[in-house]
Amino acid sequence: MATATITTARGTGSVRLAHGEDWLTVCERGLLIPGRGVAVLLPDGDQAAVFMDRSGQVYAIGNRDPFTGAYVLSRGLLGSAGGRPFVASPLLKQRFDLATGACLDDEEVSVPVFAVRAD
Amino acid sequence: MPEPTFEPRTTAAASNATPNAQAHTAVPTIVVVGHGMVGQRFLEALAERGLTPAAGGARVVVLCEEPRPAYDRVRLTSYFAGRSPEDLSLVEPDFMARHGVELYVGDPATAVDRAGRTVTARSGAVFPYDTLVLATGSYPFVPPVPGKDARGCFVYRTIEDLLAIEEYARGAATGAVVGGGLLGLEAAGALKGLGLATHVVEFAPRLMPVQVDEGGGAALLRTIQDMGLSVHTGVGTQEVTAGEDGAVTGMSLSDGSSLAVDLVVFSAGVRPRDQLARECGLAVGERGGIVVDEECRTSDPAVFAIGECALTADGRVYGLVAPGYDMARTAAEVIAGGRSAFTGADLSTKLKLLGVDVASFGDAHGAAEGSLDVVYSDARAGVYKKLVIGPDGTLLGGVLVGDAEQYGTLRPLTGTVLPVAPEQLVLPAGSGGGPVSLGPGALPDEAVICSCHNVTKGAICEHTTLPEVKKCTKAGTGCGSCLKVIGQLMPPPEDSGLCGCFPYSRSELYEIVRTLEVTSFAELLDSHGREEARGSDGCEVCKPTVGSVIASLAPTVGASGYVLDGEQAALQDTNDHFLANLQRNGSYSIVPRIPGGEITPEKLIVIGEVARDFGLYTKITGGQRIDLFGARVDQLPLIWTRLVDAGFESGHAYGKSLRTVKSCVGQTWCRYGVQDSVKMAIDLELRYRGLRSPHKLKSAVSGCARECAEARGKDFGIIATAQGWNLYVGGNGGATPRHADLLAQDLSDAELVRLIDRFLMFYIRTADRLERTSAWLERIDGGLDHVRDVVVHDSLGLCEELERLMADHVAGYRDEWAETINDPERLRRFVTFVNAPDAPDPSVRFVPERDQIKPDLELLAGPVLAVRTLEGTAS
Repeated sequence: MATATITTARGTGSVRLAHGEDWLTVCERGLLIPGRGVAVLLPDGDQAAVFMDRSGQVYAIGNRDPFTGAYVLSRGLLGSAGGRPFVASPLLKQRFDLATGACLDDEEVSVPVFAVRAD
Repeated sequence: MPEPTFEPRTTAAASNATPNAQAHTAVPTIVVVGHGMVGQRFLEALAERGLTPAAGGARVVVLCEEPRPAYDRVRLTSYFAGRSPEDLSLVEPDFMARHGVELYVGDPATAVDRAGRTVTARSGAVFPYDTLVLATGSYPFVPPVPGKDARGCFVYRTIEDLLAIEEYARGAATGAVVGGGLLGLEAAGALKGLGLATHVVEFAPRLMPVQVDEGGGAALLRTIQDMGLSVHTGVGTQEVTAGEDGAVTGMSLSDGSSLAVDLVVFSAGVRPRDQLARECGLAVGERGGIVVDEECRTSDPAVFAIGECALTADGRVYGLVAPGYDMARTAAEVIAGGRSAFTGADLSTKLKLLGVDVASFGDAHGAAEGSLDVVYSDARAGVYKKLVIGPDGTLLGGVLVGDAEQYGTLRPLTGTVLPVAPEQLVLPAGSGGGPVSLGPGALPDEAVICSCHNVTKGAICEHTTLPEVKKCTKAGTGCGSCLKVIGQLMPPPEDSGLCGCFPYSRSELYEIVRTLEVTSFAELLDSHGREEARGSDGCEVCKPTVGSVIASLAPTVGASGYVLDGEQAALQDTNDHFLANLQRNGSYSIVPRIPGGEITPEKLIVIGEVARDFGLYTKITGGQRIDLFGARVDQLPLIWTRLVDAGFESGHAYGKSLRTVKSCVGQTWCRYGVQDSVKMAIDLELRYRGLRSPHKLKSAVSGCARECAEARGKDFGIIATAQGWNLYVGGNGGATPRHADLLAQDLSDAELVRLIDRFLMFYIRTADRLERTSAWLERIDGGLDHVRDVVVHDSLGLCEELERLMADHVAGYRDEWAETINDPERLRRFVTFVNAPDAPDPSVRFVPERDQIKPDLELLAGPVLAVRTLEGTAS
């Protein structure tokens, strides 16, 4: 993965992720499908999952599903419960709050949350 | 107080407790001998009264003979229905630790020294007691017939007995159960479930002689014979014969006949286990049982006996769990210093034996003077109902066989004058003048609904949900026969909506989409969602469900048939989104369609070459396909380009859709075949490929009655006859196997296809989310007969529409993978990282195993976490 080239989208309408003290530009806003996610490869080799909900709000959490260890949360389905957006893991269906990273099915589990900006 | 002289094997809970520290405190020690259902109930009753180490009230030691803590012996047979021994456990995992109870499993008591007040266990450990409670239960009675100890003779009492029977039955073809009582019939059901031809031998002139009368026995006999069991009543077992190797070969009966059997289960009643009590000089009854008074105290005031080992103050030994629980409560209350008495118990029972409801309550045999019977009997339907009415119109008791719906309301009414004429309560639905449905609303507040835990209607009605009732009152946690009535007493649930977003069921949403021609999830949610969910994103339950409904109806309502088009793309589960099956490490597997399981050598070579070139793991599936594992997202289009070029198309292994139609080789090659099963399987698979449905659909076609394609384990299975085809529906394998039911026989090719069209479309229209045809067929009102009326006799006038919907589907079918690889816009989605499209996923790696690859799970290792149970995982 060290050899992979990380391409950054330019111009307006881009999605940027907080990484360390920088903002990492990950893709054009138009690449996001409402209700679905995409995976992002971070410079340190870690992975993030970026989602856009129906209203256009963008969220980012860690891509690793803590229940299985697989890097798949970006492929889960986005939903909302009580007005709060969540993603359901595509493997065993645990739900994670997109704003806080908290697992809604097990209060002792959570995933990291990344600050995200979508212009 | 002396300490135990030897530390035996303990459970984790026991070793967490600190017996030594407590041995020096002033609290009394209670030793419980036996940890069955009653023993556990007694511990719970102690805990409720603060008599545990955790509450500082007492030291509690439990000696358990079996290798596992208390389990639900009443539901023993459900082990064969797929429940594991753990599922049957009656002990919450942290119960012993929470209360500080010392439980020693696999270590029964062997001696009691009443003068020294100690109990010795088999391990040699000696436990001093202040109070001793015997809950030793009972043992199966084996009649003293010659040969009773031959290899292949069993009893039916513990999980270990079941495991031994299951093991031995693998090498057996025929089994016999000695005893046609309650447990005997349970055992017979278990043998039948293990695939054995099964005999039941009962000495009395009818089955279940204790619970039912002659009429009830006759109804039961007929139903049980119809299930294929051979019943021999009024005959005794004279001898079990064995071969030279000591294994059972048969039985001779008292009427001079003999049976060839490989396995014998004795279930001729139980006897109280009172040996320990006898040996230490406690009073026992002439015919067994430890004599106790109304406080459950034996002839030694420091010793109590409860449950099936006790001969109670009314001179009986109770073999039911409810009186045992009553005794457990009584003994705990008395030990706690309170007042309580066990003076006798109701022998009412309701069971489902081999699927037949059998219930008896109160004075079932009409023993009271001047009592009169009101009887309804329909031997053809296997239904028998009898109410015993006193001279003043009081309900004294009854027997219900074949239909015990009313048990829950009639039993609590025993002893009262019925509010309606008794004959109206036994007549079947649809007959003139009856029946009057006497719901639980008719019961007085003081009526006991749960007789196991003695809970009244009034106490139950203080709660609003079943889980709450169970937790707060324990009602419904014993034999479970009152659960239905409790359910009826609960306020109706808010709605039966699909999820938190929609107040409609899947079949209702199907009708809305069909009639209003809705083609968008957002439109449906905003117009028909719950108020609070409108404008929101939906959830992981309704999105794929609505996506599937729209896909099923796509050609009819004018939506795109392609599941990745527009908004539909956001509705699909990841498998449908990437048109492949997600595996545990984030890689995907690929199943090309191989219709009917028929494939040319050239195509086999292509699959082999693709698998080799991409380094995929290959495995033959149960549905006669080849599964290719270990593909990364970005490899999927490359792999499919090769497969599509070679003439393959999507196998839809990822969808809730038709998976496979497998076949035997059929008439073309097989000397037994009577039809061309391969051709029919190919035709059916190509007709129904891509059809989105509430759950996956599997099918098979067998070329003769030998059924090598296992068609009766499928959602729709076809078996050839000399005249045409027989169509079976509603079969399933997996965790809940079900043989498919015959829908119609001797069909021509055209008749067969037309009937399957109608059947599938009716299922898609009316089933719940993730409901396989097997569960659907059992759930819908009228079951198979109703489905046959609708799809064969067109009772609802729907057939024309169902056929048209299927014709639309067939005409509109397109291969999803061919469409995907020819569309650059769609192909853009097949990257792992949006910001590094060329980078492979570093977390998807493999290691070698048996000349192929397997996921490198160490790469993914992290904290091990419990997983949420998945719904709808049937095979």
